[in-house]
Amino acid sequence: MITQATGGLIIGMLLFLVAAGLTLIFGVLRVINFAHGSFYMLGAYFALTIFQLTGSYTLTVFGAGVATALVGLVFERLFMSRVYGQNVLLQLLVCYGFVLIFDDGVKILWGPEFKSMGMPAAFRVPPLFIAGGVVPPFYLFLVGTTILIGLTLWLVIDKTRLGKTIRAAANNANMVAALGINTSALYGLVFATGGLLAGFAGALAAPVRSLTPGMGFSILIESFIVTVIGGMGSIAGAFVAAIMIGLIRSFGSLGFPLFTEGLMYLFMVVVLIAKPTGLFGREVA
Amino acid sequence: MILSRRSLAFDIAIGAALLAILALLPLLFPSKALVDFMIRGAALALFATSLNLLVGYGGMVSFGHGMFFGLGAYSFALLMQRTGMPIPAAFAITLVMCAAAAFVIGLVCVPLKELYFAFLTLAFQMLVHSLIVLWVPLTGGDQGLRGGIPRPPFLGVHLVNQTHLYLTSCALLLIGLVLIHHIVQSPFGYALRMIRDNAARASFLGVNVLRVRLIAFVLAAVFAGVGGVIMSLFVSGAYPEFAYWTISGEGIFMIMLGGLNSFLGPTVGTVILLLLNDLATRFTEYYGLTLGIVILLFVLGLRRGLLDGLIGLWQRHAALSKADA
Repeated sequence: MITQATGGLIIGMLLFLVAAGLTLIFGVLRVINFAHGSFYMLGAYFALTIFQLTGSYTLTVFGAGVATALVGLVFERLFMSRVYGQNVLLQLLVCYGFVLIFDDGVKILWGPEFKSMGMPAAFRVPPLFIAGGVVPPFYLFLVGTTILIGLTLWLVIDKTRLGKTIRAAANNANMVAALGINTSALYGLVFATGGLLAGFAGALAAPVRSLTPGMGFSILIESFIVTVIGGMGSIAGAFVAAIMIGLIRSFGSLGFPLFTEGLMYLFMVVVLIAKPTGLFGREVA
Repeated sequence: MILSRRSLAFDIAIGAALLAILALLPLLFPSKALVDFMIRGAALALFATSLNLLVGYGGMVSFGHGMFFGLGAYSFALLMQRTGMPIPAAFAITLVMCAAAAFVIGLVCVPLKELYFAFLTLAFQMLVHSLIVLWVPLTGGDQGLRGGIPRPPFLGVHLVNQTHLYLTSCALLLIGLVLIHHIVQSPFGYALRMIRDNAARASFLGVNVLRVRLIAFVLAAVFAGVGGVIMSLFVSGAYPEFAYWTISGEGIFMIMLGGLNSFLGPTVGTVILLLLNDLATRFTEYYGLTLGIVILLFVLGLRRGLLDGLIGLWQRHAALSKADA
């Protein structure tokens, strides 16, 4: 039980970090970043390289986060910003092009085979036994770090002036621009934040999951399901929904191994029919 | 406007003439590569045109249309392998299955707004894909459905023969195109376009928006399924890649390449993408990288499909010469 629950929690935490970025970007820019899973993948591969070079896991997490944030910034400024307000088709195609480029880029730079980073030395200790379940210490670290990141994100968005500006831009970008705030820079910042979160997720996932060039796409779908269930644009909703999906995944694989994914979709469909805006979503204009 | 008032009989005549030309093609240029290219092209052009019924005419950007392509390929191949029924029967049952699946998925997806719709169709596609990969006893999983497809002759058509397969594929493509064109020009097609341009106004005028969109979704799925059947006959089996999201992405890109405002745009786009595909795989193993860069150049540079651009140029030219006269 406990083993399953912590396993589910881990998946949930990683999903939350990716989904939070996705939902933040959607909330402010009204764009779904189909390339967001690729950011997560890049974060994991950056982590692999930084860890191999420095051996310090702290540096790895921050380095991967910052590097991915930079990728997000460049991606937004040079490419996505050119298709805002245009046909969804164009936005979709820009992201599609980048998913292909990133996947092949990873194949070229790191090779097509499965990679694994290995557990950092600090966590190579015997697992803890909690209430009859086996819990590796790294899992606790991962959950703790994610909650810390989530809290920071919430504080920044809810309590600071910058957060207020971001929320205002989500409501009415034209008005914010008219008040003399540089919304283009704000959009870049939002994408960079999304990249930062996805980079953190990738770095935290690297020790416990194997790295493959296609890893971004499956987490993209799952984190999209999370944002739909939680409500597009709601970070708190993403948190709750991510944990639910994580638990559904880990317990579902016990009961119906063939239908675990189906279970997630079923849950999403039920939520969509009962409350089309998601659990925490507000009606979007 | 004269163009859009063409009758069905006229479309059929054009289709028959094109079929005759396509039938002569292998006699003029006897090359196996050409025939193979045309069969693949027929499957994918039908897929892209059916997707354009949603994207171009309905304004519904489906990012999961590939699931019906995959579904068509798998159900046809499985029916033929397991039951040994005649080909037309398996074909008909396959289309019914595609329609049924599209009806259920459409019920969930169709009411959603554009970005949600795109992502939810994508999510369902990944569900179909993962079912195919996981359900190994039925589908063969990762390896794909192998063992060939039995092809009993029917009505004098022997699909074992590559020329017969070629002619059948061309005929299916042209019949599909004529039917889709007829749908687009029918009152239903106009309702669909009105919904694309202004759903609220359409519903005030008494159009049942959800019903029209659902019917379009089901129709598009059926034609995509026909494309899947052609593909499964071509490769003698079915592979999970047929239901993978990249097929949907390529479909959208084919539409974009050729032009989504011209009826034949997706077909032109299919031919361009297939040529590009063959060229890229000959010179590099990084097909995704090449395709990605081409997509970006196209989307950020040209911003419109080839056929759309040409027609735009021609119209502007016509308008200019009229102004001169």
